[in-house]
Amino acid sequence: MNSTPPPSTAELAEQHGLDPAEYDRVLKALGREPNLVELGVFSVMWSEHCSYKSSRIHLGKLPTEAPWVICGPGENAGVIDIGDGQAAIFKMESHNHPSYIEPYQGAATGVGGILRDVFTMGARPVANANALRFGRPDHPRMQHLVRGVVAGIGGYGNCVGVPTVAGETNFHPAYDGNILVNAMTVGIAETSRIFYSAASGIGNPIVYVGSKTGRDGIHGATMASADFGEDADAKRPTVQVGDPFTEKLLIEACLELMATDAIIAIQDMGAAGLTSSSVEMGAKGGAGIHLDMNKVPCREEGMTPYEIMLSESQERMLMVLKPGREAEAEAIFRKWDLDFAVIGSVTDTGRLVLEWNGDVVCDIPLGPLADEAPRYDRPYLDRNAYRAWAQVKSEQDWPESDDIGGDLERLLACPDLASRRWITQQYDSQVGADTLQTGGDAGVVRVHGTGKALAITTDCTPRYVYADPYEGGKQAVAEAYRNLCAVGARPLAITNCLNFGNPQRPEIMSQFVHAIEGMAEACAALDFPVVSGNVSLYNESRATGGGSAILPTPAIGGVGLLDDYTRIHTIALEGECEILLLGTPQRALGQSLWLREIHGIEAGLPPRVYLEEERAHGEFVRTLAGTSSVAAVHDVSDGGMLVALAEMALAGDVGLELLGRPDADACFGESQGLYLIAVRKAAAVLRERAMAKGITCEVVARSGGDSIRGADWSRSVAQLRAAHERFFDDWMQTARPAGS
Amino acid sequence: MTAAVITFPGSNCDRDMAVALEQVTGRSPVRLWHRDTQVPRHVDMIAVPGGFSYGDYLRSGALAARSPIMRAVAEAAARGVPVLGVCNGFQILCEAGLLPGALLRNAGQTFICRTAELEVASTASVFTADLEVGETLRIPVAHHDGNFFAAEEVLDRLEQSGRVVLRYVDNLNGSRRAIAGVANEAGNVVGMMPHPERAVDAAHGGTDGLKLLRHCAALALG
Repeated sequence: MNSTPPPSTAELAEQHGLDPAEYDRVLKALGREPNLVELGVFSVMWSEHCSYKSSRIHLGKLPTEAPWVICGPGENAGVIDIGDGQAAIFKMESHNHPSYIEPYQGAATGVGGILRDVFTMGARPVANANALRFGRPDHPRMQHLVRGVVAGIGGYGNCVGVPTVAGETNFHPAYDGNILVNAMTVGIAETSRIFYSAASGIGNPIVYVGSKTGRDGIHGATMASADFGEDADAKRPTVQVGDPFTEKLLIEACLELMATDAIIAIQDMGAAGLTSSSVEMGAKGGAGIHLDMNKVPCREEGMTPYEIMLSESQERMLMVLKPGREAEAEAIFRKWDLDFAVIGSVTDTGRLVLEWNGDVVCDIPLGPLADEAPRYDRPYLDRNAYRAWAQVKSEQDWPESDDIGGDLERLLACPDLASRRWITQQYDSQVGADTLQTGGDAGVVRVHGTGKALAITTDCTPRYVYADPYEGGKQAVAEAYRNLCAVGARPLAITNCLNFGNPQRPEIMSQFVHAIEGMAEACAALDFPVVSGNVSLYNESRATGGGSAILPTPAIGGVGLLDDYTRIHTIALEGECEILLLGTPQRALGQSLWLREIHGIEAGLPPRVYLEEERAHGEFVRTLAGTSSVAAVHDVSDGGMLVALAEMALAGDVGLELLGRPDADACFGESQGLYLIAVRKAAAVLRERAMAKGITCEVVARSGGDSIRGADWSRSVAQLRAAHERFFDDWMQTARPAGS
Repeated sequence: MTAAVITFPGSNCDRDMAVALEQVTGRSPVRLWHRDTQVPRHVDMIAVPGGFSYGDYLRSGALAARSPIMRAVAEAAARGVPVLGVCNGFQILCEAGLLPGALLRNAGQTFICRTAELEVASTASVFTADLEVGETLRIPVAHHDGNFFAAEEVLDRLEQSGRVVLRYVDNLNGSRRAIAGVANEAGNVVGMMPHPERAVDAAHGGTDGLKLLRHCAALALG
């Protein structure tokens, strides 16, 4: 067989997702026609997924610095200082398209990929979180998707032994044909042992470790960069298969090697596999890469360089070692029964050169693959034009409630607010024996062996982002900040996972640009920088009929620090407390769950976030951490104040009485920047402290009894709990054929 | 007392168990590797921890049961050294023939992670000897294959000889006779699905796990 690949054509380029202008750039970069291997490499490196070509110019608007930021975006994950020579390393990433096609493996490998991003940098992963969006529950495929995704997340995380401690799950018809699976990992490292990906040292060995390379996942990154067509199922072979057992071994082996000083650079093989990892290591180090394809451990015989370079087989890493340390490293990987192969070396050519059977089968300058990859300033609607396109009106003429208790019960039972027990019980949230809280406002895990803890939350309210991308972007960041403050943690930084539709549509690009700008304003005002992130575009599907985009979903993963984990606040209410509402409620029924669930109205403008107040309220709540009179703290979010009160009551298994006669807006409006604080005694003292800082603070309820009640309505806690617990159990007991 | 904790490829509760045993014994446990062929003579107790040994390929615990270290564990158990298998460790002890029965997929088919209420069913084991029959313990479970199964006559024999040591108050995984933990005939080998090492610290929300670990430690010290 002739090992020289056949020459390519413009049509082949198009099949690889390169448009004619991009193909011209390829020709210019090479000064000749690419061969098939080279075309494959260009195609994945210039895919939206790897190149961020539509998003990059806007991502630069996000604040990324703070005194505690050790490493911001650009590496495998973000790194922040958490004191005592320790760092928290974290990132969130999407695995949307694979999860729709094959939910178990799609979600599982999503978790595997994000874990690798974190331990690649030298951290032991200590917590997982996720942000999931599904379509309407009665969509024929949705039960299968929910079951598969939840089982896949659990199947992977449980096996590697990293607790899943936080997450959010929403349902909306906009995700019927394109669900979102965003997975986040947080790890802990020593600040003196953080590993980066820049290859250096001419002649240093490039080492491949982990699993063998198979034919799975070829062109996954390209798939993630195009709309879904009717042929989604035909793409199943492009979904990778995960092996969490190998990942666990890889974690232990990598951390063992990292305890020595043998590693110069390390990079996991994620999207676009060996191509992306080698190009990034070479480009970041300003070096060149020479690889011998015959030395790559392969699962099957007869794999071509094209397949080897584009495979997305899981659980693989690429490292540059110090010369002479190969044997020591190999012994560690053999001990853990993992493959180890020196497959090439660092060069000074600034080129990616691949050799196969003695022939050069790829020779590309690294610049055009990385920093000089295409970047687009795509047209987008301005805010007014967008509002006209989205037909959003700032109506204020909302209905009133004639049955507050009934509305509460229905809201607690609705898919977006119902108990997530069916999901969370499938995740091992306790492995590591450092988990202090799951559920509540944020997951909290101890920093092993210390008195500190990390608080972790994932947040986004896509219906707000759709109605007003700028305010929605702000709100996602503010809610993460609020959730961390509520447990008593100091918010330190965020990772984001920006899920949007087709950026070539100006209205989608408008969502993207304005959401980023809103997020940037909130990050700056709250001192809450972005340290890592991921962009997932083309989340559109024709499966549900005609180019329908998802709701814009810039999911935020927030991390905060508790200096003393015994001072954590939970949402569980006790009896004989006065409950204070901290903050000034606005009229805020626009885009509320109450309007949608009770009246079938999805309209209006989302609630506005006042960032100065957000920060002041958060700081005040944090000063309460450890205050003995405070029994519980909870922020107000989806469903409004009364739903938040009910969540506190359910968590503490105690009733409460609502004071006065609050109307629908006061009960169910989704005003921002509000916290509920249950105080055992001396509520007046606490209230005065807040007022002295200019923060409004009113007693809104008293706890006690076994019902939740207002002036003219009452529901037993037991009845509300039954309503709250019903949705998933009922749904999952409904037999449906798997798949659609 | 010196405890030992085994690590198989895929173990993921080995560190947690070591932390808990150190707390109970005041001494850092010996860490044994799956390829080790001997348990040191000074080891007074062996823990077979939870996780997914060898990826749980074939059957949960099946491959680990045939690893070199398990031959040494069987020898130590025969000498009377206390052995505690938790979760995957329980599965391994069953697969190794050190305990009767098998652990099938949970009746509900899904992984279950939550705090379980357990009832002490027998004090005829070194790990439950200073508890009282009928006493309840709150200890977390986290497993996919925790549904204890044995033939009816085996179950009868286990019950009659006091070898059913722990039972679920609410039988969350469909186990025969709600069995959460069993002992061998001599009472020195115990397997249980719940994780006592996850309930040894006030921050865990309870310390009932200590009750299962401390008697063994006290025995060795005494």
